[in-house]
Amino acid sequence: MEKITLAAFVLAYLGIVLFLGWRGFRNTRTVTDYLLAGRRSHPWVMALSYGATFISTSAIVGFGGVAAVYGMGLMWLTFTNIFIGIFIAFAFFGPPTRRLGLRLDAHTFPELLGRRYRSRAIQSSSAALIFLFMPLYASAVLMSAAKFLSEHLGLSYQEALYLFAGIVAVSVVLGGLKGVLYTDAFQAAVMTAGMVALLLLSYYRLGGLTAAYKKLAALHSAVPPRLTALGHQGWTAFPAFGSVLWWTLVGSIMTGVSIGVLAQPQLVVRFMTVRRESELHRAIPIGALFILLTVGIAYLVGPLTNVFFHETSDTLALQRAGGDVERIIPMYVTAALPPFFSILFLVTLLSAAMSTLSSQFHVIGTALGRDLLEEGLGLPARFRTLHLSRIGMVAAILFALLLGVEMERILGKTGTEIVARSTAIFFGLCASIFLPVYAAALWCRSATRAGALTAMLVGALSYVLWMLFMQEKTAALFGLSQRWFGTRSLGIVIRPEGESLLQTGPVLWTHVDASLVALPIAILAILLVSAFTPKFSPDHLARCFSPPNQNSAA
Amino acid sequence: MLGIPDKAVFLAYALSVFSALLCVLYGVANWNKGDEPIQTEDVQWAKEEKEDIEETL
Repeated sequence: MEKITLAAFVLAYLGIVLFLGWRGFRNTRTVTDYLLAGRRSHPWVMALSYGATFISTSAIVGFGGVAAVYGMGLMWLTFTNIFIGIFIAFAFFGPPTRRLGLRLDAHTFPELLGRRYRSRAIQSSSAALIFLFMPLYASAVLMSAAKFLSEHLGLSYQEALYLFAGIVAVSVVLGGLKGVLYTDAFQAAVMTAGMVALLLLSYYRLGGLTAAYKKLAALHSAVPPRLTALGHQGWTAFPAFGSVLWWTLVGSIMTGVSIGVLAQPQLVVRFMTVRRESELHRAIPIGALFILLTVGIAYLVGPLTNVFFHETSDTLALQRAGGDVERIIPMYVTAALPPFFSILFLVTLLSAAMSTLSSQFHVIGTALGRDLLEEGLGLPARFRTLHLSRIGMVAAILFALLLGVEMERILGKTGTEIVARSTAIFFGLCASIFLPVYAAALWCRSATRAGALTAMLVGALSYVLWMLFMQEKTAALFGLSQRWFGTRSLGIVIRPEGESLLQTGPVLWTHVDASLVALPIAILAILLVSAFTPKFSPDHLARCFSPPNQNSAA
Repeated sequence: MLGIPDKAVFLAYALSVFSALLCVLYGVANWNKGDEPIQTEDVQWAKEEKEDIEETL
């Protein structure tokens, strides 16, 4: 009976998503409709879509699980997500992005950069990067959603994968960005309801807000010695300054995601969808409240799962989940909360996955259709954009599906782990490659084409090198450092008496995120090379930066 | 403080709530800021859109 109720809820939910995708299809008439929702989207719809795209299942289940291990220190990530991901992004990056996009008639992120720097190479290489790397990130989201669906609906993993991908495909390919925005806004509402219910039920289950945290603080003595040695000081305390856990939290988890969000192509493109600049300001409150109520709640509830499992089975959350961080939150929901909530939570997770996926497929599809095929190869006739982008989206979905299935088959456990880490890698790559070039495109009139190209190249190279040879988690995963230099990471010094980590003052180099190294190098590259290479003509700069009436006079 | 003894963690908790409030206040204070005057293209767009809708109906 419970399974029938669950299936009915999931089917009703998927039906609404398909209906909204169909509405997007009905209201799409032009290329601008398909790529930018006609530049007329409602600010609140845009803000909810931005938030729902930003927050995938990995933010709720993955990072919620990380919070269960590391503790409430992860709340700093909620603050940076709101302050950088919403406030800085919308108030500072949003208005000039919208203006520049409109003046240059840019429809995609690569097109915005390509037209600002008058470079097909920049447009094509940005699009190629999106087309090659984003499917990995998308397949991570796709696989996690398929896993939940198959577990709860009694489908096989493959069936769930194809069913889920098929529904996302129909709503995105037909509905374009209008379909994506409508479905995202609906899914954001579902996510908010699910997460608020999760918080309230958890406080109720654990004896109220203050009592719950007091119990969590009292668990301090139960921290396993292995974690204490790494700097863990309890779930209501931040890890000890300079310790391995402190660097993992601050140097890897928090910085990579916080900064990377500013240059995510699927998010940047949303600034170009609104009609007026004021609508970006109006979007800020909704975006901020959405992040607070989704990730904020995930990071608050994550640590509290330890109190529940300690009270009921005398174990900690991670032990109870058999060491699998991603299992903690779903396991807690099933064990601690009423059965009806499991249904709401499943739909919340499906919403989180679907809203992220639809935007990813839209961006990958337009990167292939608009930027690589139409603009890169110079295919004429604008009416083709719609068809090419639709073909691009189908290709993107198939590519992500193929990666989801084949990475595991070819590389085994390593393949699955690469997919699981690809979200963080994609965020880091975007920060290192796009952020300096994008920021300079908006504010730096003296930035040159050569400077931008060099920064992208240097940013990519330094990110990849650091990720493969220094950052311990990724270097160990890819195994090149081990094969070539006989050590998991070049930051691990092997001596006869044992291993030690390369350290300069308080900095543990193996735990510094690659984007923290690559980003300053790329910024330096664009500044230095732009200083010595030919500047853009005043005409081009006037077109990019002057108000339209002055521009037409010029 | 709500049962959270560590100041660094409580600060993160408080900053998250305050930054969300700041965003709400900023959004309200700048509700109409940055509006550009209506251009001829806007009028043309609205006209075409109206015709399109009438045609569909």
